[in-house]
Parts: sequence; C-alpha cells; structure tokens
Amino acid sequence: MEILVCVKRVPDTAENEFELNSAGNDLDRDDLVYSVNEWDNYAVEEAIQIVDNVGGNVTVVTVGDDESEEVLRREMAMGANNGILLSDDAFEGADGKGIATILKAEVEKGNYDLILTGAQADEGAGQVGGMLAAMLDYPYASLVNKVEVDGDAAIKVGREIEGGNQEMNELDLPCVLSIQTGINEPRYVGIRGIRKVAKLEIPVKGASDLGLDAATVGDAAAKVKRVDYFVPDMGDGAEMLDGSTDEIIAQLIERIKSKGGLA
Amino acid sequence: MAQGVMVVAELFNGSFKKVSLEALSKGKALADSLGESLVAVVMGAAVSEPAKELAKYGADLIVVAQDADLEGYRPCQQHNVLVDIINDKAPRMVLFGATRQGKELSANVSATLDVGLAQECLDLFIEDQKLVAKRTLFGGKIIATVDIEGDTQLATIRPNVFEITEATGAGVVEECAVNLGTVNVTLIEEKVEVSSKIELTEADYIVSGGRAMDGPDFSILENLAATLGGAVGASRNAVDAGWRPQTDQVGQTGKVVSPKLYIACGISGAMQHIAGMSTSDVIVAINNDPDALIFKTSDYSIVDDLFDVVPAITEEIKKLA
Ligand SMILES: Cc1cc2nc3c(=O)[nH]c(=O)nc-3n(C[C@H](O)[C@H](O)[C@H](O)COP(=O)(O)OP(=O)(O)OC[C@H]3O[C@@H](n4cnc5c(N)ncnc54)[C@H](O)[C@@H]3O)c2cc1C
Ligand SMILES: Cc1cc2nc3c(=O)[nH]c(=O)nc-3n(C[C@H](O)[C@H](O)[C@H](O)COP(=O)(O)OP(=O)(O)OC[C@H]3O[C@@H](n4cnc5c(N)ncnc54)[C@H](O)[C@@H]3O)c2cc1C
Repeated sequence: MEILVCVKRVPDTAENEFELNSAGNDLDRDDLVYSVNEWDNYAVEEAIQIVDNVGGNVTVVTVGDDESEEVLRREMAMGANNGILLSDDAFEGADGKGIATILKAEVEKGNYDLILTGAQADEGAGQVGGMLAAMLDYPYASLVNKVEVDGDAAIKVGREIEGGNQEMNELDLPCVLSIQTGINEPRYVGIRGIRKVAKLEIPVKGASDLGLDAATVGDAAAKVKRVDYFVPDMGDGAEMLDGSTDEIIAQLIERIKSKGGLA
Repeated sequence: MAQGVMVVAELFNGSFKKVSLEALSKGKALADSLGESLVAVVMGAAVSEPAKELAKYGADLIVVAQDADLEGYRPCQQHNVLVDIINDKAPRMVLFGATRQGKELSANVSATLDVGLAQECLDLFIEDQKLVAKRTLFGGKIIATVDIEGDTQLATIRPNVFEITEATGAGVVEECAVNLGTVNVTLIEEKVEVSSKIELTEADYIVSGGRAMDGPDFSILENLAATLGGAVGASRNAVDAGWRPQTDQVGQTGKVVSPKLYIACGISGAMQHIAGMSTSDVIVAINNDPDALIFKTSDYSIVDDLFDVVPAITEEIKKLA
C-alpha cells in the first residue's frame, strides 16, 4: 500500500511565549521552537504499522519553507520511506483551502492508495483533510481512532460519534483519513535515528513542478485573511478560598451562584 | 446575488443540539443587522415535525431534507444534499455548530464550492456586508481576527459561547428534493450505548480529574457531575493511564469545552490542558499544591486534598436542590 501522510511544522506551544510581529498579524517567528504537529506523529505511526503489516511505502509531505525539512527528517527517522517538501514563495499566505489545493496537486502526481492527515494542527481548524478529500472527490473519514486493512480495494475505519459512541465504516481506496490522537503509541525518535536519515535526499517541489497556477494558491487566492492577532489576557489568577473545608465550600457555592454558575 | 443567513441545525436523539440553537440566535442577529432573512436547514430521516420548533429562534424559512440515509452522522450524504441547498438558496453566509459533523461538513462544502471558512469562531460580526470572525490559534495562546471573503462565507461556532435568544420567525417549512449523490462511505457497524451521558462539549457543568485520581475510580467526580447535571472530563495523563477514554480528554489534543462551570480536580494546569477549558465562565481548581499552575487560570482555588473536598461539595450542592 502506498501511503501519503501530510505533516505540518508548528511552533511548540509548551516551549514558547508568543509575541506578535510588528504588523500584529502573525507571531514573531524569529526565536520560536518548532516541532511536528502532535497529531501528525500518530498518523505517521499508523501508516508505518500498516506498511509493516501489508507492505508498501510511507511518504511524508509538508507545505512549508526550507526549515520544514527538519520535520520530514524526523518522520523519516520514525520509519517513513520518503519525504517531499512543497515550497514556493507563491504558497505564502495560503489559507486552509490553499494548503489543501497544494497537497492535492502532489497527490495527483503520485499513486497513493491512502492519504492520512492529523485531526488538527496548531491553528485548530481541523479542516485540511476534509478539504483535500472533497477536492480529490475521495471518500473521507475524520477523527479516525481505528484502522483495519484487508485487501487493497477498501479499508475499515472506526471513529467516535456523538455521546462517546463508536462506529465502523468501510471506505473504498483511495481515500483520505484524519487521524485522532490515542489511536496508537507513536514510536520514540532518538538522535541516532535522526542521524541515520540526515543524508537522505528530500525533493523540493514548487508551484510549477506541481503544475499549479500561483494565482490559485497563496495570498491572492486565500478567502480567509488574517486581520490581526492578539495575546489574550490570562486573567488575574484565582481567588484563594481559605478556612475549614466547610467554610471553603460555603464560600465557593455562594460565589459560583452569584456568577450565575449554579442554577 | 447572495442573500440571507443560513444555519445548518443538527438534531441528536430527536432534539436540537444546544450549539445549533446558539448558531440560530447568532444567525438571527446577523440577519437582522443585514435586514435579510434567516434560513435554517435540517437534515435527517423524519425531521419536518421537530424542525418547526426553529421558528422560535427566528427562522423565516426552514428547509427540510428528509431521507433515512441522512439520519445521524452521515457527512458524505449530508454534504451532497447541503451543496444542492446552498446552490439553490444562495445565502450570503452559512453557520454551523463546531461539532464533529459541523466541522467536517463545512470543510467539505468549503472545498466543493470554493468558498472561505473560519472554524471554531468565538465571535462573529459583519463589516461591509462580510463576515469577520474571531478564533483562537496555538492552543488558545493567540486570538486572531480573520476576514472571510467571497460571495458566500462559512463559519462554525464553538459551543457554549453564544447566547440562545428566542425570536419570532415566519417558520415556513419547505421540504426539498433529496439527491444523495455518490455515497462512498458505508456504515458497517454502530456501537451505540444508549446512555444518558451528556456530550462534553455541550455540558454546562464539567468536573475533570487528572493524574491525582491515581486510578480508574472516578466515582467521586461522577457523583459531583451527576449532582450538577454535567459531565466528567479528564486530563491527558488520566487518559494515557487508561483510566478514562480518549473521548473524555479536555485540552489541546482533546476536546475544547466552554461550560458555565469547570471544576479541575488534581490537574496541574499544563498549557495543553488550559487550551481546552480556558474560555469556561467560572473555573474552580482543587489542588493540594499551592503553587500549581492551574491556579493562574482559575477563578477560585482550593488548596486541599480533592478526595476530601469533592464529596463535601457534592453534599452541599445536593442540599441546594
Ligand atoms: C506566514 C503564514 C501566513 C498565513 N496566512 C494565512 C492567511 O492569510 N489566511 C489563513 O486562513 N491562513 C493563513 N495561514 C495559515 C495556514 O494556511 C494554515 O496552515 C492552514 O490554514 C491550515 O492550518 P491548520 O492548523 O488549521 O490545519 P488543520 O486543518 O487543523 O490541520 C489538519 C491536518 O492537515 C495537514 N496539514 C495542515 N497544514 C499542513 C501543511 N502546511 N503541510 C502539510 N500538511 C498540512 C496535517 O496533516 C494536519 O494534521 C498562514 C500561515 C503562515 C505560517
Ligand atoms: C503536544 C502535547 C499535547 C497535549 N495535549 C494535552 C491535552 O489535550 N490535555 C491535557 O490535559 N494534557 C495534554 N498534554 C499533557 C500536558 O502537558 C500535561 O502533561 C497533562 O495535562 C498533565 O496532566 P495532570 O494535570 O493530570 O497531571 P500532573 O501534571 O501530574 O498533575 C497532577 C496534579 O494533581 C495534584 N494532586 C496530587 N494529588 C492530589 C490530591 N490528593 N488532591 C488534589 N490535588 C492533587 C498535584 O499537585 C498536581 O498538580 C499534552 C502534551 C503535549 C506535549
């Protein structure tokens, strides 16, 4: 099975204090620590496990800049066979639909049976997988927490539905799945693993390699435009409730009631 | 020429989801400010009766798509039908609840119709007759304002953020023709536990437990949640330990919740957990470490052993009833 996994390089929210750029419409990205989007590690792990069982190749792809190569190498150290970097000045300012358009062009260049994305990335939209599937007219399942492969015509996937219930669906291949965290345990990548893949060739493709008209992706095509960013006030911290347990609870209930928090 | 505001309303077990009514209320306000009408869309097996209720939230027209294959969570079928409805009615904007279904449907529709979409909006307003949205990025560390451009603009709204307000709409019900199109996702098995469990993202009250629970016995939290009429959530540590299902996880890699009251019990308050609950109206933290990070984001803090405090709160709240 030929599997393409879409991965994104994202600022590490735990490591970074965010500041804004001078225009106030993006992060000041100069000194940020980056990592692979957490969900994408689960998608790559799932792909590797499928290929371990039924054979084939795992290719990881990202839309980004030169530095995004590092996330491809990390996923290759996990066990992905190939990496592809999609990078072009024309891609800058792409919205989710722009990213999906670029990924679609790569899918059509290849011969993939299965395309995996993470359920969500740093911008929290959780939409690129669904958009990609709709553009390709491929079957799609979101928030997948179980994958069963038998045969190469179809795939069975589990997902959580409303109220914590679970359902299984069958999708014809090729298809797109967005993978939920917790589906597996992504393997650990050590320095040695990264070193082993340090020399592997990673092709870089731009708009013309993908046959994309620059006007259909990037800033010009984006239908969602950033206006401004701000850092929300995290609040003044808590009011500490003191006294005996009884007193504390009496105070608590009174306060919650006065804030309308208790019916 | 695109006109009016459309809201896609979701039924679950025969009643409308709270977030759908929130979306209608917001949609009504937007429609009023444009001086245009509010159209609701309801898809499912037999929905024309319950759909009538939406007049109460200001729907002027209620488009009903009925087919057994539209019932429940059927994004593929619903996508095909919804695209037809949008093409037919040409609304200026379409709102969805940011539920699993709403997020998936809106993303698919956005790609199919090549229109802009903002997901998980915390605020929506109109400038130059176009939608402007506020949404969070990077696990809540940033709030962004985005313009949605083009003749049709899509947005999903985060549950429990907008008020539900009743209004009077003409409520004309119009049944539309259903063409399911190509269906390429087949349901083969459904494990539905008929439970009275309240969906975490819809709950008004959430009691969450972390690593301090020290095992799968969450009964003291279940009792408090049941007394409040709410749901139980968990930190990732509690989920990773196997004490709670992944579907209960609150945070960056779990669910984003915004209840009236969030009680964090034995949760340290890591950024990734905060990302999932910081927009709750009132946050109470119970932690035996006075320096716990969670106290920075909470409104009220109790420095004590949760195993003593939680049952005592439950008893007091029972007395209120
Ligand atoms: C400098 C800059 C300018 C930008 N300008 C705009 C703008 O003007 N308007 C706007 O709407 N957005 C803009 N963006 C945001 C950007 O387009 C987002 O990456 C996109 O919207 C998808 O992000 P998400 O986190 O919401 O993805 P989600 O939909 O949450 O991601 C789900 C999955 O999709 C896949 N995926 C997502 N992104 C990529 C990627 N880059 N490469 C490979 N796979 C991917 C991954 O598998 C991921 O797990 C900008 C970003 C940057 C860095
Ligand atoms: C990419 C990424 C994504 C993540 N996503 C999420 C996510 O979605 N959700 C999430 O929750 N985490 C997430 N995490 C993990 C997060 O960083 C923390 O590790 C996790 O939230 C900690 O869980 P905890 O608070 O239960 O455990 P701990 O940090 O171990 O905290 C336990 C707390 O309980 C207190 N305590 C102990 N005994 C008692 C007692 N008897 N009474 C009262 N208090 C007591 C302790 O003082 C301590 O503060 C993510 C991490 C990463 C790297």
